[in-house]
Amino acid sequence: MANFSIDTRGLLCPMPVIRAQDRVEELQPGDRLEVISSDPGALNDIPAWCRINGHAVLEKNQDGREVRIVIKVGG
Amino acid sequence: MSEAKKAAVLVSGGLDSMLAVRVLQEQGIHVEGINFYTGFCVEGHTHAIRKKDQKKDKRNNALWVAEQLGIKLHIVDIVEEYKDVLLNPKHGYGANMNPCLDCKIFMVKKALEWMQKHEFDFIATGEVVGQRPMSQRKDTMPVVSGESGAEDLLVRPLCAKNLPSTLPEREGWLDREKLYDFSGRTRKPQMALAKQFGFEDYATPAGGCCFLTDESYSVKLVDLWKARGSRDYEMDDIMLLKVGRHLRPRDNFKMIVSREEGENNFLQGYKNHYITMRTIDYPGPLVLIDGEVGDEDIELAARITARFGKGKSAAEVAVEIREPDGASREITVNPISPGDIEKSWYI
Repeated sequence: MANFSIDTRGLLCPMPVIRAQDRVEELQPGDRLEVISSDPGALNDIPAWCRINGHAVLEKNQDGREVRIVIKVGG
Repeated sequence: MSEAKKAAVLVSGGLDSMLAVRVLQEQGIHVEGINFYTGFCVEGHTHAIRKKDQKKDKRNNALWVAEQLGIKLHIVDIVEEYKDVLLNPKHGYGANMNPCLDCKIFMVKKALEWMQKHEFDFIATGEVVGQRPMSQRKDTMPVVSGESGAEDLLVRPLCAKNLPSTLPEREGWLDREKLYDFSGRTRKPQMALAKQFGFEDYATPAGGCCFLTDESYSVKLVDLWKARGSRDYEMDDIMLLKVGRHLRPRDNFKMIVSREEGENNFLQGYKNHYITMRTIDYPGPLVLIDGEVGDEDIELAARITARFGKGKSAAEVAVEIREPDGASREITVNPISPGDIEKSWYI
């Protein structure tokens, strides 16, 4: 298990979801991926994407215009 | 019993593809959704940009639909490849810059590639004969199956009975009798089926999901190509066409004037790529200048910028002009009178 991070600031949904999805494909179950975004829409879209694709959201927070979501890759 | 057959279904987030998925699920098919992102999708963007929309439900309808149906959804970024579809559509454009038929062919072709790579058995769409004037007609349905290469691996569950049988039907994976015979522009059969399936909440029906079907957007896109002397675009161009008022006071430059705080914030992200202007002593919009400009152009743009701010009635207004490299200067101008803003400047 390892920790990874991607910075999608400046991109609007669904691009942050696509970037997260493409990165998750390269990771192993149990790995954690932090996604940084400047689109508040990511707060809804990334967890929705995780729910339907079997990944867990460990953390989700917003600081000003910046959003941070930590995903645990499912099996 | 043999393993369930697998279908990759094009999911837009609208009602038709939602119904198509459920019809297949009812027949025991394992379905996963594919959603293509061209850059022109209405979904998401503008909601995220405009402040007044930020309080609204910002759900991505394709993801939402997938969750309601209990299917996985794969979002595919086709922004780069889509350029060729938009710039060189073999079958031409619709009422605006919408290359609907080429677009559908391209998406089905990409879905076919996805299907083969992931070892799925067939593909399906929510298409209905006669539903859309360009891409969903009796005579264009076979064009989509043929030119995409999908041939009889492409099933349209909502209107299958109006079309020749497909491989999944002939192989007995699907019971043709339990597929549908919808046709025409009416939405009543879809709404009735939605009710039967217990779908109470669904997005506005298809067609309004692409900026290219929008007249004012298409006009801005054509203006951009004309001004540049070439038909090309980058992702940022597509995004900027969705934001603000666009005015072209001279052939050599265009102004993008933010209309509210959300657009202001969005345009801020481009200040290292374009000259930007804003009024100093009065609240006003952020204005982005696209093009090669001389001193006279700058003065005219500053006068227009002043006109859109709270100091529009003042005799003199100070305007900051910021270069992409961060260097900034200030000029004082007389706001242009409304009568001097020519209607033809608005794109």
